[in-house]
Amino acid sequence: MPTVRYGAIACERHENESTLDALLRSGAPVSYSCKAGTCGSCMVRVVDGSAPARAQAGLKDSWKARGYVLACVCHAEGDLTLAPVDADTQVAARIVALDALSAEVMRVRLACDSGFDFSAGQYVTLIRPDGLARSYSIASLPGEDLELHIRLLPNGRMSEWVRTAARVGEAVRVLGPNGDCFYTPGRPEQPLLLVGTGTGLAPLYGIARDAVRQGHTGPIHLIHGAVRAEGLYLDETLRALGGVHYKPTLLHADGPVDQVVLGLFPKPAGMRAFLCGDPAIVQTLKKKLFLQGLDLRDIHADAFLPAA
Amino acid sequence: MEAAVDIFYRKVLTDGRISHFFDGVDMDRQRAKQKAFLTMAFGGPNSYSGQDMRTAHARLVTMGLNDSHFDAVVELLGGTLAELGVPANLIGQVAAIAESTRKDVLGR
Ligand SMILES: Cc1cc2nc3c(=O)[nH]c(=O)nc-3n(C[C@H](O)[C@H](O)[C@H](O)COP(=O)(O)OP(=O)(O)OC[C@H]3O[C@@H](n4cnc5c(N)ncnc54)[C@H](O)[C@@H]3O)c2cc1C
Ligand code: HEM
Repeated sequence: MPTVRYGAIACERHENESTLDALLRSGAPVSYSCKAGTCGSCMVRVVDGSAPARAQAGLKDSWKARGYVLACVCHAEGDLTLAPVDADTQVAARIVALDALSAEVMRVRLACDSGFDFSAGQYVTLIRPDGLARSYSIASLPGEDLELHIRLLPNGRMSEWVRTAARVGEAVRVLGPNGDCFYTPGRPEQPLLLVGTGTGLAPLYGIARDAVRQGHTGPIHLIHGAVRAEGLYLDETLRALGGVHYKPTLLHADGPVDQVVLGLFPKPAGMRAFLCGDPAIVQTLKKKLFLQGLDLRDIHADAFLPAA
Repeated sequence: MEAAVDIFYRKVLTDGRISHFFDGVDMDRQRAKQKAFLTMAFGGPNSYSGQDMRTAHARLVTMGLNDSHFDAVVELLGGTLAELGVPANLIGQVAAIAESTRKDVLGR
């Protein structure tokens, strides 16, 4: 069994166990959230030993160069000596605004102390002062403050904090950006199909405006699905948004969003799709759009997986 | 090759005889695997050993993977190639290469 070292801790990694689980079992102070290689909160630096490429999938080149790996998807065959990531990897930020967009959704605006480059639609991992980490998509455009739309899940640990305890001026940390769910120029005439449920709207709101800003000429369809009318938390803003065909849809009135989308676009081949929000809905839509002829490489998706 | 991957994968996902084996597998990763599958079937660079094929399908064998499913996949592969206008003798060669993996895929 390979040995994993982290500071003063040394432990054996069992077969089928991730490096993260081995570290947690030994009491190493490593934070984590998704345990699926997305959120980045368990990122550590390899000081000695070699990790498989899979443990660096999706990381920025500058992070790969520093030897960073995601411990949750790291199954190295040999021994590893690990250390925390450099202090400048997480960006210090302050909460500059907290506005309820509806009874269930809070808009959180963050100003980063140093510059923070991102593409509209990517996500960041928000780290609370006590270390709790959760991923949120960015709804704003590059150059603006970070805008997050946080659904206030009853009894959710981050949700409850945002609803009751977080204050303007509060210091937090941000890790990222991550994800490849964003608009790229080229093929400006291609019709865009943006579909999100709940706060899956957040990245799409950024992507739609980014596409308009970058001179996209093809139609931009933005479909927001909610269970009830109160869930259409950006309805007024989206109706007034130029250059975008906004279509709200309600589960109770119109049926499941995947059926609505396929009803509107029975032949989606040639479109570019962005799908965000509930993991089951994202997965279903991805499969159905692919089977109806959409190229998988034209489907960009972020499933909002819950923390492990 | 890219065209073949999509056509083949669409067939696999919609074929009631075998689609359940693919439920819950990540689509992007699975597409990459379909590509590995086709590369192999075309006799291209093969980075999989017989043991790899056993390991990759062991979970499916416990789900009941058998000869009829294997035949279905070979049939869909032939159908894909025919759709793309590949001549029959070449399809026969591809099917023979796929056939050579039967024991390993079915874990016998
Ligand atoms: C890439 C990515 C992007 C994301 N972007 C956003 C975003 O823009 N906006 C946003 O609001 N969220 C987003 N999420 C989800 C977010 O990271 C958290 O999972 C969510 O805010 C819940 O965290 P919590 O600490 O409040 O709840 P937790 O304390 O983690 O969970 C509390 C309980 O609720 C359950 N639960 C978790 N999620 C759900 C759910 N969706 N529905 C029902 N039950 C659930 C959990 O299983 C648990 O039992 C994203 C996730 C990922 C992976
Ligand atoms: C005809 C011969 C076959 C060949 C050459 C073949 C080839 C492969 C290859 C190369 C992989 C990827 C392994 C990896 O990278 O992990 C794979 C995985 C897979 N194969 Fe096959 N395969 C064959 C038959 C079948 C059949 C008959 C089925 C089911 C009906 C099947 C279902 C799958 C599934 C579901 C996976 C993914 C397993 C997982 O990720 O859990 N294959 N196959």
